[in-house]
Amino acid sequence: METAVDRTRSLKRRGIFTGRFGDGIFKWTTLLFAACVIAVIALLAYLLVADSLPAIRTFSWRFLSGRTWDPVHDVFGGLPFVYGTVVSSALALLLAFPISLGAAIFLSELAPPWLRNPLSFLIELLAAVPSVVYGIWGIFVLVPFLRPIEAWLGMRLGFVPLFSGPPYGIGMLAAGLILAIMVLPIIIAVSRDVLRAVPVSQREAAYALGATRWEAIRGPVLRYARAGILGAIILGLGRALGETMAVTMVIGNTPTISPCIFDPAYTMPSVLANEFMEATGRLHIAALMEIALLLFVVTIVINAIARLLIWSVARGAPSGVKE
Amino acid sequence: MWVVAVLCVLAAILPLVLVLYYVIAQGASGINLDFFTKLPKPVGEPGGGMANAIVGSLILVGLASLVGLPIGILGGVYLAEFGNNRFAWTVRFLADVLSGVPSIVVGIFIWAMVVVPTHRLSGMAGGAALGVMMIPTVMRTTEELVRLVPMSLREASLSLGATHWRTVFKVVLVAAKGGVVTGILLAVSRIAGEAAPLLLTAGSSPFWSTRIDQPMPSLPVQIFTYAIQPYDDWHRQAWAAALVLVSLVCVLSVAARYVTRGRFRMVR
Repeated sequence: METAVDRTRSLKRRGIFTGRFGDGIFKWTTLLFAACVIAVIALLAYLLVADSLPAIRTFSWRFLSGRTWDPVHDVFGGLPFVYGTVVSSALALLLAFPISLGAAIFLSELAPPWLRNPLSFLIELLAAVPSVVYGIWGIFVLVPFLRPIEAWLGMRLGFVPLFSGPPYGIGMLAAGLILAIMVLPIIIAVSRDVLRAVPVSQREAAYALGATRWEAIRGPVLRYARAGILGAIILGLGRALGETMAVTMVIGNTPTISPCIFDPAYTMPSVLANEFMEATGRLHIAALMEIALLLFVVTIVINAIARLLIWSVARGAPSGVKE
Repeated sequence: MWVVAVLCVLAAILPLVLVLYYVIAQGASGINLDFFTKLPKPVGEPGGGMANAIVGSLILVGLASLVGLPIGILGGVYLAEFGNNRFAWTVRFLADVLSGVPSIVVGIFIWAMVVVPTHRLSGMAGGAALGVMMIPTVMRTTEELVRLVPMSLREASLSLGATHWRTVFKVVLVAAKGGVVTGILLAVSRIAGEAAPLLLTAGSSPFWSTRIDQPMPSLPVQIFTYAIQPYDDWHRQAWAAALVLVSLVCVLSVAARYVTRGRFRMVR
């Protein structure tokens, strides 16, 4: 006759009480949850492509070169948005890059240890401020502040097309400035990590040759970290391209292509935020979807390049890349 | 050289100081009991508050956690415990990709997934969009922190006869708790201020809205709609809402630091 003890033993032998059974479930459950990420990206890509097909079929490549955006007559050309996105992001990087490089060098090489943590915290906080808050600050503080500056620049340098426009305050320059503030923290954090990953031997070799501290940073350290810093900038670019709210609030939302940085413009995320809910025509929605698809593809490529570059310097996970 | 580097740091922190200064200076006047307890008033009538948007934001963050936390934490556990294969590398790479996808594109994704089939903007859709945005942060912090738990702890548990899953839930995750909480707080502080995806998914509403199949107002969307209208009273309220939002984010950031203090150094 089988006793309870025998029964337990036989169950144990079959691996039911020992938990090997449970371990199997555990492994496959966690795997399922991890697989959700793949499912999300796959669905995202599929939906964007499927929903933008009407626009892709109708306009093909002309979508990228067309300058007319006319929902009433179903003519859609995305060039003004691409132009606005590229120029505002480029402006932002141009302004943010020197400052963030200097700040990263200070944080990783020069700052006394007791100052590093508080400073890093402040810069993290800069990254944590919500986009709409930068937006409202941009509308009510930055734009009125820019107006007289733009007027003055226009008076002195108005013969240069760059500064020839009317000084509204709202426009490409305001968007570039806001974006610069918003990409600063990520470029600083990643560059700082990359600089910290430079082996001490590089510095010591420079000192041994009689280099000063600054010469050691400028020469071997920066050269070693070059690829990673480039990665940090590209990561910042990815952020700038996709930024929506703050830009929408200060750029003026006018689909024109103007060489003047005072003029209002329009970016790809802004047109999505402004028109998507009001779009009724099938082609209008498809055209907006195509803009989203473009944005998606560009950010994937940009992020992949950036991570490869950062990995090439700081092996292992670039964990400074905080969201 | 010192001077230039210090100036760069100051230039980087100056915007933070300016933003905080204006948010506090402009927002403080709009903060009163009405702001937290009253519904928005129609244009032209002074007073009113954003109680419905505050509650809406809390509900949306809760819904987002329902989506983002299980996937993030369990997925992160998978990556740390079984993550030495090609599948795990793909997941890691795609989590990084997901964190780089613009929030508005995530909004469009959920719009096509949830709003189109159900024919209405809803709190559910908003929560799903924010939840998707939480996943990468929670997943990668969980993975890193679970990896940091010393092997000897696991071995001790296994040698006492515990199974792998018990070891993970009763020993490893408990040891990594502080870090996982940090990841969650960071993720919440990131999504709490998101407006772009909510415009396309949760929409907005001037009334009380606690049903998740109805449009749901939220603080960030309310700030946006109020700030771009030409009414002074609305501007004042938008600034007040910005102050509430920024305080929330600051508290969450400080809490995230406090939780990890001393235990494991946050890998960054």
